[in-house]
Amino acid sequence: MKLRLKGLVILLILVAAAFVLNMCLGLSRIDAKDVLQAFTAFDGSREHLIVRSVRLPRALIAMMVGCALALAGGIMQALTRNALAGPEIFGVNYGAALAAVTASFLLGFSSLKLFAWSAFAGSALVGGAIFALVSLGRGRMTPAKLVLAGATINLLLASITQGILIVHQQSLDTMRFWLAGSLTGRDLDLFIQVLPYLLAGLLGALAMGKQIDLLSLGDETARGLGQKIALTKTIMIILVILLTGSSVAIAGPIGFIGLAVPHIAKYFTGSDYRWILPYSAGLGALILLLTDIGARYVLPSQEIPVGVVTAFLGAPVLIYIAQRRGGLK
Amino acid sequence: MTYSPRFKRWLIMMFVSVLMAVLVLLLSIMLGERSIPPLDAIRTLLGLDDQGEYRYTILTLRFPRALVGFLAGGGLALAGVILQAITRNPLASPGVLGLNSGAAAAAVAIIVLVPSFPMSQLPLVAFGGAVIAATLIYTLSWNKGSSPVRLLLVGIGISAMAGALITYLLTAGGIFRVTQASIWMAGSLYGRTWEHVFPLLFWLAVLFPITLILSRHLDVLQFEDNTSTGLGVRLERMRVFCLLVSVALAGAAVSMAGTIGFVGLMAPHICRPLIGGRSKWLLPAAMITGGLLVMTADLLGRTLFTPYEIPVGIMTAIIGAPYMVYLLLRR
Repeated sequence: MKLRLKGLVILLILVAAAFVLNMCLGLSRIDAKDVLQAFTAFDGSREHLIVRSVRLPRALIAMMVGCALALAGGIMQALTRNALAGPEIFGVNYGAALAAVTASFLLGFSSLKLFAWSAFAGSALVGGAIFALVSLGRGRMTPAKLVLAGATINLLLASITQGILIVHQQSLDTMRFWLAGSLTGRDLDLFIQVLPYLLAGLLGALAMGKQIDLLSLGDETARGLGQKIALTKTIMIILVILLTGSSVAIAGPIGFIGLAVPHIAKYFTGSDYRWILPYSAGLGALILLLTDIGARYVLPSQEIPVGVVTAFLGAPVLIYIAQRRGGLK
Repeated sequence: MTYSPRFKRWLIMMFVSVLMAVLVLLLSIMLGERSIPPLDAIRTLLGLDDQGEYRYTILTLRFPRALVGFLAGGGLALAGVILQAITRNPLASPGVLGLNSGAAAAAVAIIVLVPSFPMSQLPLVAFGGAVIAATLIYTLSWNKGSSPVRLLLVGIGISAMAGALITYLLTAGGIFRVTQASIWMAGSLYGRTWEHVFPLLFWLAVLFPITLILSRHLDVLQFEDNTSTGLGVRLERMRVFCLLVSVALAGAAVSMAGTIGFVGLMAPHICRPLIGGRSKWLLPAAMITGGLLVMTADLLGRTLFTPYEIPVGIMTAIIGAPYMVYLLLRR
């Protein structure tokens, strides 16, 4: 118990360090001292402006979105008792993309705000519906079947999105950067508008730790221990919708954080969801902050969208899990 | 001579599907921006009408296009039957397993990064991409022998990585190349001519007999590993060979027609309840059905919303999705 608490404190310190590092590093390198002064003694210099208007929002978004996606993944894995559950498997990202593209096609204009709210709606609709279908149904899907079902639905959503983009070519140009899930050029105002939903999901998820842990033991056990199963499940679905919807709205589709991070958390904590969830939140923030730094250095002259990098790091985790568990029956 | 009821049903199914394929082919030739009366269409097609005014429209535009659709669909359907057998999963298909996205990633990379690359060489690139994807999937899913479930999961992982690569390329390139790439990815039969028909026909003509020879092994591979080994199948070697054949089939189809999804999934499923799961019967029936599906999808895609043309890959997705949902709910 003590050890896990200590670990969590260390994790928080690491997140803070990564947060500062995220603001320091980049095309123009800024000293940690200058970063601090940008807040304590703002003097309007170029460095201070960069920190306050570009770097800070970006680091904040990376941290919060990483937290939210990892927590959502953790809840999904607990509720479906399925090692390969995660927001991206449940079509959250492609649902968001389809909604954003459809909205800008039907309404005839495109803005970050429109993308954000339609993406929120789309991811909530698709992700929530599939998650509810999988978790409320009586039969339990094997991990492989679940992933397969998810992949197929993603394929469908992606083709429809592509179809609209072909008919409506001008939106392809504006959408392709948004669709890549990048943290550059995201709007701080928008972030603040979405933040309440994200925080509600975050706090709710952490507060529900005990219930989620009980439920992860199985419906029968949880019922035997006096839990109102239907109520808990409904709350969990709402939490997942809040978490994934708000993170897609802020950062666009970013994959594989939700699938991979809870597994890393489990490595440290064992199978107790009261600990897995806070650890996932911390690790998710840490990993997205670091990935975002890395994305600035992969290619010399340009940045790679962070969603592309997370997919390249996360897909091997999926492969690794498949390898280790053999059949995953 | 007496036939088993199953064989009779198979004969009926083959007869009906071939008839339907001919019918759709005929409709594909007749319908379009400029409709051609059926009799004239048939006469032109059979070459009875040497000086006919429809010669160009039919023989250069519509007929090869319909043929490419039919052959690509047939190839994908065969690949689907094989993949569903070796992964022992009725929901596997070239699209889900990542062969399509491997091919697409390679093609998009070339379109975006090498602007001077001749489009006519694109099939080779796409084919190479599918082969690379398959090699990765197979080697990465190796863990003291390969297992069907692992094969599938690794395939989905590779597919996700290929998808990420495509996403990156689409943000990196100029908008003109990007538009071109995304149309190719959507799987369009637009502008397909005889130079697309013949390579595809060649591949199918070589590979289809091979799949028929393999059919007995495919049936055995669907059992548990122990059973198959007991029956004397060299399991791993067989699985690799089957995978290779399906990659060749899917690669050839995708390279000529772009990524067309759900056909490899749907065609075997449509046939199985009608004629049973024996690969010997399933393979030819699925091939015709797959070809029929793609031809029909292309016909609908180009006639429903004129002047817009909906790429065939999107049509198959729209047709295939409800079917997929049905399959998922039924299980």
